[in-house]
Amino acid sequence: MIKSLSHLPTAEASQDALAGQFTDLHPPLNQRQAEIESARCLYCYDAPCVNACPSDINIPRFIRNIAQDNINGAAQTILESNILGGSCARVCPTEVLCEQACVRNHSDECEPVKIGLLQRYATDNMQFSSHPFKRAAATGKTIAVVGAGPAGLSCAHRLAMLGNQVVIFEAQSKPGGLNEYGIAKYKMTDNFAQKEVEFLLQIGGIELRYGLALGHNLSLQELQKDYDAVFLGIGLGASRQLGLTGEDAPGLMAAVDYIKELRQADDLTTLPVAKRAVVIGAGNTAIDMAVQMARLGADQVTLVYRRGTESMSATEHEQDIAKANQVKIVTWAQPKEVLLDDSGKVSAMRFEKTVLDASGKLTGTGELLDIPADGVFKAIGQTFDESSLNDVNLGRDGDRIRIDDGFRTSLSGVYAGGDCVAPGEDLTVQAVQHGKLAAMSIHQDLMTNVEAA
Amino acid sequence: MADLSINFAGIKAPNPFWLASAPPTDKAYNVVRAYEAGWGGVVWKTLGEDPAAVNVSSRYSAIYGKNKEVLGFNNIELITDRSLEINLREIEQVKKDWPDRALVVSLMVPCEEESWKYILPLVEATGADGIELNFGCPHGMPERGMGAAVGQVPEYVEMVTRWCKTYSKMPVIVKLTPNITDIRGPARAAYNGGADAVSLINTINSITSIDLDQMVARPIVGGRSTHGGYCGPAVKPIAMNMVAEIARDPATAGIPISGIGGIGSWRDAAEFIALGASSVQVCTAAMLYGFRIVEEMKDGLSRWMDEKGYNSIADFSGKAIPNTTDWKYLDMNYKVIAQIDQDKCIGCGRCYIACEDTSHQSIANLLQDNGTHKYEVKEEECVGCNLCQITCPVTDCITMVPQDTGEPYMNWTQDPRNPFREAS
Repeated sequence: MIKSLSHLPTAEASQDALAGQFTDLHPPLNQRQAEIESARCLYCYDAPCVNACPSDINIPRFIRNIAQDNINGAAQTILESNILGGSCARVCPTEVLCEQACVRNHSDECEPVKIGLLQRYATDNMQFSSHPFKRAAATGKTIAVVGAGPAGLSCAHRLAMLGNQVVIFEAQSKPGGLNEYGIAKYKMTDNFAQKEVEFLLQIGGIELRYGLALGHNLSLQELQKDYDAVFLGIGLGASRQLGLTGEDAPGLMAAVDYIKELRQADDLTTLPVAKRAVVIGAGNTAIDMAVQMARLGADQVTLVYRRGTESMSATEHEQDIAKANQVKIVTWAQPKEVLLDDSGKVSAMRFEKTVLDASGKLTGTGELLDIPADGVFKAIGQTFDESSLNDVNLGRDGDRIRIDDGFRTSLSGVYAGGDCVAPGEDLTVQAVQHGKLAAMSIHQDLMTNVEAA
Repeated sequence: MADLSINFAGIKAPNPFWLASAPPTDKAYNVVRAYEAGWGGVVWKTLGEDPAAVNVSSRYSAIYGKNKEVLGFNNIELITDRSLEINLREIEQVKKDWPDRALVVSLMVPCEEESWKYILPLVEATGADGIELNFGCPHGMPERGMGAAVGQVPEYVEMVTRWCKTYSKMPVIVKLTPNITDIRGPARAAYNGGADAVSLINTINSITSIDLDQMVARPIVGGRSTHGGYCGPAVKPIAMNMVAEIARDPATAGIPISGIGGIGSWRDAAEFIALGASSVQVCTAAMLYGFRIVEEMKDGLSRWMDEKGYNSIADFSGKAIPNTTDWKYLDMNYKVIAQIDQDKCIGCGRCYIACEDTSHQSIANLLQDNGTHKYEVKEEECVGCNLCQITCPVTDCITMVPQDTGEPYMNWTQDPRNPFREAS
């Protein structure tokens, strides 16, 4: 399975014990808790939480529905703005979005309303006899959606709802994207990503094809030819490199690749464990990697970041999770050298201490710091998989696809959204919003063209 | 420490907190526990003629607030379902054991002179301090010509009161039903019949909720229901108005009033007393939390009285009555304007939407650079209705500030805008 770590021992704990380490990080609210928590919502007008939600969920309305024991009403309120409201309830950094904006996030008010957990309560407990959204009259249009991640799924659902046919092309063997492959296991338990996709597909009109990757066995030019429009929700498929010698040595790998294996493992005891693990990075993936390795049984997990904690993209809440799992966070140190043992395997990671110089630029001080490691996991960000668009010339902003405010790329009839586009913020909830808005833009463009014709 | 003791129509009690005639005062066991907990008195659950009443199973229902706190409570229980003899023997013993506490016996027998003539000496022989005539029970008993069926006919009230004064030396308290158009009618009747005091309110006809699956009101008795008597915090405003109406009525001026209706805290009690009550009766709060609540009530009332310099209940009883008047005597020149404390405002926007949608469009919604909102009162538009202050979830964030209009007191009877004003 994980070739570069095949020399490491596997997890020692029993299967049951390990399973216990990967149950819900934040257990769901029960009915009583949901009653209490929903009653705390002040039902603000022009609510700050809604303004802070990238997917525009009418939060006061869904919470009031919960308080009035109208769970389906609550769920539909959520899902009409965000069809992946269930996974967003689990993975959203609510502490910097809705819950940060909550008017009760004020010292006199004790604490913000637990909006994320209430959203989960509604979406977990909804009981619809049939899919809650109906499709509009058929438009006769068929749209290709590339990527069955949050952006693609959201786009497909909204397109289907508007009366279009959709074919989703997915490189992996399962849908869900990062929800299925990239998020820490304890944030998305009980095969939720698949259940959510099943629910979403109930709307009808969406066909899913697997094992088809753009630039490999799928061509954008062909899609453009065969479909009325194309939506690219292909994410950022490549992991950023350290750019150091020894980057390919056994013992060093991308965190996302390890997490993907972990998420797909039926038996966690088969996973290789780096007793001494070093994670390089400062985002949620870095935290997810470090915490999961700690929970698998590593003795010492060190997360290293080249700047201070205040610059970390992982929220304070995420950093707290890491600390609670005995992850040591080392700041102001940048990767300098991969140290190998005699057999060419990773034995330690060498860092150089950093400071900000007078001009505010990050510079090395020359002071070195070696951290012994059986495994080094890089989580320094994802970048565009260049191979995916090698057959076309698509306008770009840096490593992301350039789009206009209608999610149109530089190629006619090709739209894009989610992490792969320039305004992307690597948030599931934003990808969902992109997919939804892009679907409306695609639909509008297609209908305008019909009228014009 | 303030003296909480009272002499209510000749009935002495160490404090004004009595338990109302209801399930908590059904038998010696409960009453003794209440005295042990510190209650100043009890009104023993209503006695009637034998055979004793029979009660149904499933008797109470309620409406709730957001945190499942009971706002209003409803019951369909009848008067005591134990024999007269057992009750009388227990009353006698309890009064002997607790001589310093008030023990009033609630009574309800048919509207016939002989029935009253029979029961009154039996009660008097127990040594009880007084009787309370149950003319208010709104469910079950009126179907048999008793309870509210009597209380709703002032002539009956006066007649039965007179019988009681004729055949007993005990102080007579007439308990009034609120299920009537003008509470002053039966109060005057009681007064004219010689009542020593009135107590109010009894419960209000009510249906608290419907089981929408079974399509039946609560409480459910074998698939059916009936209206009950409503009490608890929700009825307090209705009760206080009725107490004030009687206290303000020259025809019954000075009659002692025992205030009843949603009292659960010392502040509730103080409010009733301020409107003219000189004792208060509690039931729902005790039924929800137990007898121990009287400790906080006594402590709170006593500390507040000390703070205000009131040495006794009589010192402040009725103090709010002179300020309770008819609408036409309110000052047309008085003006308040809402003021929002921006440091306390949490930006929920409820004052804005309440005023904008349903009142006078007097609050401006100002979008700030950081995406939040700031709410400001448009003083020239504000009519001082209090709505924003009421909907604001933050204590003391919105205050209603009196304005100096420079205009003298002028009521509606003097107002030039009133076509029917009195000639000056």
